[in-house]
Amino acid sequence: MASTTTTPDAFGNAHPTADESYLTNERGLRSWILTLDHKRIGVMYLIGVLCSFALGGFFALMVRTELFTPGKTIIEADTYNQMFTLHGAVMVFLVIIPGIPAALGNFVLPIQLGAKDVAFPRLNLFSFHLWTIGALFLVLSMYISAADTGWTFYTPYSTTTTTAVIPATFGAFILGFSSIFTGLNMIVTIHKLRPPGMTWFRMPLFCWAIYATAIMQVLATPVLGITLLMLIVERAFHIGIFDPALGGDPVLYQHFFWFYSHPAVYIMIVPAFGVISEVIAAFSRKKIFGYKFIALSSVAIAILGFLVWGHHMFVSGQSVLAGTIFSAITFLIAIPTAIKIFNWLATMYKGRIFLDTPMLYALAFLWVFTIGGVTGMYLSVMSTDVHLHDTYFVVAHFHYVMMGGAITAFFAGLHYWWPKLSGRMYDEKMGRISTVIVFLGLNLTFFPQFIMGSHGMPRRYYNYLEEFTIYHQLSTVGAYMMGLGFLLTAINFFRSLRKKPDAPKNPWGARTLEWETTSPPPYYNYHTPPVVDFGPYDYDDLVFDKKVGGYVHKSELKA
Amino acid sequence: MTNVTSMLLAALQPGDKPKIPDSPNFWTPTEASTFAKDTDWLFQFITWTSAVVMVGVVAAMVLFCVKYRATDRSKNEKATSDVDHDNTLEITWSVIPLFFVVAFFVFGFRGFVDLRTPPKDTYDIHATAQKWKWLFQYPSGYVSDTLHVPKDRPVKVIIESQDVIHSFYVPAFRQKMDAVPGRYSYAWFQAIELGEFPLFCAEYCGTSHSDMITKVVVQEQGDFDKWLAEAAKKEEEEALKNPAAYGETLYNRNGCATCHSTDGSVKVGPSFKGIWGKTENFADGTSAQVDENYIRESVEDPQAKIVKGFPASMPTFKGKLSNNQIRAIIEFIKNQK
Repeated sequence: MASTTTTPDAFGNAHPTADESYLTNERGLRSWILTLDHKRIGVMYLIGVLCSFALGGFFALMVRTELFTPGKTIIEADTYNQMFTLHGAVMVFLVIIPGIPAALGNFVLPIQLGAKDVAFPRLNLFSFHLWTIGALFLVLSMYISAADTGWTFYTPYSTTTTTAVIPATFGAFILGFSSIFTGLNMIVTIHKLRPPGMTWFRMPLFCWAIYATAIMQVLATPVLGITLLMLIVERAFHIGIFDPALGGDPVLYQHFFWFYSHPAVYIMIVPAFGVISEVIAAFSRKKIFGYKFIALSSVAIAILGFLVWGHHMFVSGQSVLAGTIFSAITFLIAIPTAIKIFNWLATMYKGRIFLDTPMLYALAFLWVFTIGGVTGMYLSVMSTDVHLHDTYFVVAHFHYVMMGGAITAFFAGLHYWWPKLSGRMYDEKMGRISTVIVFLGLNLTFFPQFIMGSHGMPRRYYNYLEEFTIYHQLSTVGAYMMGLGFLLTAINFFRSLRKKPDAPKNPWGARTLEWETTSPPPYYNYHTPPVVDFGPYDYDDLVFDKKVGGYVHKSELKA
Repeated sequence: MTNVTSMLLAALQPGDKPKIPDSPNFWTPTEASTFAKDTDWLFQFITWTSAVVMVGVVAAMVLFCVKYRATDRSKNEKATSDVDHDNTLEITWSVIPLFFVVAFFVFGFRGFVDLRTPPKDTYDIHATAQKWKWLFQYPSGYVSDTLHVPKDRPVKVIIESQDVIHSFYVPAFRQKMDAVPGRYSYAWFQAIELGEFPLFCAEYCGTSHSDMITKVVVQEQGDFDKWLAEAAKKEEEEALKNPAAYGETLYNRNGCATCHSTDGSVKVGPSFKGIWGKTENFADGTSAQVDENYIRESVEDPQAKIVKGFPASMPTFKGKLSNNQIRAIIEFIKNQK
């Protein structure tokens, strides 16, 4: 043990010594691969997710470059079809689904809750290793002959194409288990490991969001697993389940697939709501408005999310009655979503707002997610959906939600927790510049897609009618702009690792428990379980200390 | 469809890329069917509502950022309000949007029921989707790879697929329907504007998905009838250079194959194998040799002579097949030795 410790803080943590920090308490590759520490597992997930994001981004740029002109620009039709499939599969299964819950959630949630670790540390490590294996299968399928089915793997196309569908779906199958185990861990952790005083309604909203997400992960993902398994069985052994040539029903596949994949959309976006709640409150220096409404609306979305899968199938031949019920329930989801946006705005009202990078990302989120949300209404209205289904309007809508919502929130969270995670401050000015570039690029990429979509441009088109050229070119320019923004972000993070200053304990003045411990946190999080006798957004007790460069408690300042 | 048919059709009508007609609307294509106005009205309604919400959210966001902006953390400024909930406000901003979404739902439902409910007296066209081509068969049996429809008349397209899922999509009509292998689906519309409009495959179907584009040609009823008659006549003239092959096309296209085999197996009616020149015994005790006149009579008045042991169930093709087509069928039957 090093001897340079200062007086222990309220939770018994002595200030950073090399062998207490989770990053340095053990060294060597083995200490990472076999670690049971939720923080290290979170960091490994984060590295995996960010690498996958770069890979998925590369595929996106290939697709956008090809679409710069009608006809062939750089690649052949079959390669293009593989590119958009890989882009979708990588971004959905390897980036967005694990992005917030598994990477940030693993790192933050136990500390935020006041726990030493998740409930099942070994299961947690296993779920990471499954993620790695699943990712390897996806990469392997690229070497054989990447699937060209779209990330949705619709039958009978997927059971008859000559590309390597089995490795790709098997990869998604394994990734599903990784997701289930993470969800299971989060549910048990939140139920069983809350310290004294941490009541349900004193939990930070991030914990509520992860909780709602975990319920969906545990209940919906097994359906995806069995569906992909049936698809593999049909392809490999010609047992007719979905292919009409073998006596199956292709629409059945769509029901099974969307029974998972619609809740999966909420698995991707609900954690984002959690991050945004934390960031907006902390950077407005004000108690979050409508805590219970935000918390319970996540749960409402999780439950309703299971009952709307048929809105992906209004033109599949599904009955009018079924379509009507699915459409009606879909509209109900608009309400809890709207509630959240209004509550976040009300939180900003009469606050003291700091426009640091995480807050800029949160504001970008409010902007783009509102567009993503309202455009969802065109698609849940049955008559307009008949026109817009399978066009670029849908592509624009879900990129505004997934990219503008989930990814924007992920980067808000990454900047917000970066000091805690790495112990270093990133460069604020560069952070803000890259945020603005990403925001502008995002709108330039996806807004023109609404216009061409409502004019009838179908999605997944390699070639297109000349009239759409201008929209495609704007979109491509926007994509490169976004690429530049993320490149700057990456440079900013790398540079922060190499240079000082070290991050203070609480740079943003947030009140949730992770900011009470050192940056980076010690291996054991807390010597003794913290006693929680305050709400997660009571900022009154915190004051900024210039000497530390961060916030401290009033009592600490006097001492 | 046999290979001969596909080749024949490809040769007859080379499909070039359709042009999108200029639209007076910013968001939507030209309104060429009776649905377009209703759908676009709802589209506009949602757009304006969304715009108001969007402007409100962004304005509040920007206003708050300007008005309550803090720059120096060491000043330790405090929020000037500590209100953290207000149930009246929560209920207000839940209930007002609820009214709007219920309205959207109701209008959307009404529009959807219209889109899915064809009137009784539709003009029926069969559409077959396959990788990567559309084929449209008119009631006369004529098949084309562009879709011609009469203006101001309800048209019902009965859709099927030969391989994977495709989707029939005409943006100008605001109508779309998946083509699912192993079942029939349908889409109906009533065109109100003359001209040519793109018809896309909207469900991803592989390599040439994006080239599975053709056009809908809307014509006045008179012009449509004339086009159909002339196109069919032209096809016949071309086809009669090889009548037996054309006869096979007609044999498949008109459903003859369902009842009459060419391999000697007995289905609903007598097999065509070896039938030419044979003497058939009829249910009424008479008999006749199978020759040109017998086949012609059987096509146009099938109940006149019923071969002994077979049901009298064949429908008449009088008026559905032209003289040239009947000749082609005769040539085809001659070849079934």
